[in-house]
Amino acid sequence: MAHENELNLKATELRLGLPGTDESEDMVSIAKNNKRASPESVEDSGSKANSAAKSGDHETSSASKAQIVGWPPVRSYRKNNLQSKKAESESGMYVKVSMDGAPYLRKVDLKVYNGYPELLMALENMFKLSIGEYSEREGYEGSEYAPAYEDKDGDLMLVGDVPWDMFMSSCKRLRIMRGSEAKGLGCAV
Amino acid sequence: MSGSDNRSEMSEDEELPDLGGDATHSSNSTAVSGGGGDQNYVSPSPDQVLENVLENVLCFLTSRRDRNAASLVCKSWYRAEALTRSELFIGNCYSVSPRRVTNRFRLVKAIAIKGKPRFSDFSLLPPDWGAHFGPWLSAMARSYRALEKLYLKRMSVTDEDLAIAAHSFPILKELVMVCCEGFGTSGLASVASECRQIRVLELMDSDIGDDEEDWISCFPDNVTCLESFIFDCVEAPINFEALEQLVARSPSLKKLRLNCYISIGQLYRLMIRAPQLTHLGTGSFSPLEIVAQGEQELNYFSAFAACKSLICLSGFREIIPDYLSAIYPVCGNLTSLNLSYANINAEQLKPVICQCHKLQTFWVLDSVSDEGLQAVSAACKDLRELRVFPVQALEDAEGPVSEVGLLAISEGCRKLQSILYFCQRMTNAAVVAMSKNCPDLVVFRLCIMGRHRPDHITGEPMDEGFGAIVKNCKKLTRLAVSGLLTDRAFSYIGQYGKLLRTLSVAFAGNTDLGLKYLLEGCPKLQKLEIRDSPFGDSALFAGLQHYYNMRFLWMSSCKVTRLGCEEIARQLPGLVVEVITRDREENETSEYVDTLYMYRSLDGPRADAPRFVHIL
Repeated sequence: MAHENELNLKATELRLGLPGTDESEDMVSIAKNNKRASPESVEDSGSKANSAAKSGDHETSSASKAQIVGWPPVRSYRKNNLQSKKAESESGMYVKVSMDGAPYLRKVDLKVYNGYPELLMALENMFKLSIGEYSEREGYEGSEYAPAYEDKDGDLMLVGDVPWDMFMSSCKRLRIMRGSEAKGLGCAV
Repeated sequence: MSGSDNRSEMSEDEELPDLGGDATHSSNSTAVSGGGGDQNYVSPSPDQVLENVLENVLCFLTSRRDRNAASLVCKSWYRAEALTRSELFIGNCYSVSPRRVTNRFRLVKAIAIKGKPRFSDFSLLPPDWGAHFGPWLSAMARSYRALEKLYLKRMSVTDEDLAIAAHSFPILKELVMVCCEGFGTSGLASVASECRQIRVLELMDSDIGDDEEDWISCFPDNVTCLESFIFDCVEAPINFEALEQLVARSPSLKKLRLNCYISIGQLYRLMIRAPQLTHLGTGSFSPLEIVAQGEQELNYFSAFAACKSLICLSGFREIIPDYLSAIYPVCGNLTSLNLSYANINAEQLKPVICQCHKLQTFWVLDSVSDEGLQAVSAACKDLRELRVFPVQALEDAEGPVSEVGLLAISEGCRKLQSILYFCQRMTNAAVVAMSKNCPDLVVFRLCIMGRHRPDHITGEPMDEGFGAIVKNCKKLTRLAVSGLLTDRAFSYIGQYGKLLRTLSVAFAGNTDLGLKYLLEGCPKLQKLEIRDSPFGDSALFAGLQHYYNMRFLWMSSCKVTRLGCEEIARQLPGLVVEVITRDREENETSEYVDTLYMYRSLDGPRADAPRFVHIL
């Protein structure tokens, strides 16, 4: 049940910059790309009337929700002064956890964990099971159980594919599936 | 609270174009020599008498609209009016040169100058674009040494400018700077030390650098005439002891707004020295250290109770919600409450708001949720202005307020005149309801933070909601639209928005028709700011007969081409047409201009345009 750092997160980390560029430049390039996205997307908006606003973000759908420059129109002075606010940290980020075959669900506070290894270990302890090792290619191949989660779009995703922060902001609930059913969720290219 | 609530007139552009350049002697005035032996005495001509009478009468005319009208009657009236106008309003610092202004108006005591377009607040204008105070200062330092009031908005001001201003205007009584930048605490030190007659010193929403200057200590030691001292946007620690003594020797102080470096304990000490305050910005509203259980806590409640004249409260920058109950004694008298930096929920808001029966202006965060707004609606029957800001200014965050809150407000606060509402979801029905329940609306600004987001229940565009607003709110002069909007929304605005002066559009519309409806339908339109909307050249041409009547047109990330802009510039020589290009990669080209910013000007293109601005 060793989870060391074998999740190989660096290799799977999604970046928009060229290899070797650092983090701080990414947001700038995202903002630049987004500036052009909107006028073209207006034509599609009619048919996507019922979907959320993300319909316009073709270029950035792969990254976490990158922000358009100057939108929403809140002065940076005001945005910056609310940055350090505590309400989020006070309330925690609780998500339901279901396990196939178990009669009732549990809840975990994602904020409490620093990364995937800790979360998986906590789940293993909570449900008294073993999850096995993650690999980008095979998912949790060979394990009795595999952790999956439902994201904002309602899709069932394998835990571990995306960077931890992105996971935290998009995870709506967790589901521990039987390994045999999880075969199809592997990230095999 | 923002200065604009006291200066609503300031946002209106009434400066009509100059008719005839510099005033010259009227050809009608001829000297008539009088009788008697005195060869040197020339009795005044009838025109001269009239002019003298006029000057004395015009002194009573204060509204600049009336004065503009008077100045157009004839040259004699123009001259008389120019000599007697003491308050100047320059809505766009580039619309007229400082020299032309100082040549025409000789006796100015108060001046207001506005610089950058509003979208610069949202990082849509590169820094160093302009709006420098320097050139205005030079002209005024020569011609207006008796200046008493200076109001600057969105201007770029340096420390040196402030030092020169402090030196050049010995009887300066009021200095108000809103959304300015370029200076720091050393500039403030100059003002504090040299402006001995300063009564009003207000710094609002400005970006002020921390030069580690102890500017509070620079105020002279004697009793001051300070009546209003607002520095809540200064992001630098201040010398509290010096501040305490300053407050103690300022018996006329009525308005005091502290920055977030002032703890609640320090606030207490200031309040007991200044119980006469009417407006108070409370600083951080949290203690420097956590007070241990059982330790003696200061009686903040009694400090507020002693301030019997308090009608306006703001601040609460790092509030610990438990302390909010300290303000109960003043709630019943409050006409203005700004909680827009206080991240509190509905339960924390309710005990406060239910006591605020006289509240007319309320700014709050959406953390109070729809439930909090329902409490506002139940308690604040006299509410005139509401602003609901987002805790999370993101497109797809969880939105705690929605159409439910808007509807509740519309049902409870029938006298509402101005609303700014950020939300994640909205319905046409709620907006229509507000248009009917609140017919006195003058300002309606709705920001649905998700771009192109439709009515979340029907899936329809938000056209009908905004249409109802322009149709039913007959006094509406300012509108900001959002959400999924088709050209139909703009046809409504063009059809019904006859009093509309300011309009903000973002991520809206389908075709050029949208903009055409606006330019052809809204005769009073002064300020039009548009971003990320598919309006192009043919729409731009539709406004040719109107642009000289406007203060400005801003269009960024739209479908306007350089050729289109050049054509406008060619046809309207009195317009300054700026094309602003953002940095782009080598191979990135676009057929559309990034940003078009155009405005009328009496003095042609400005000389201080940076390299990324092309004036056509």
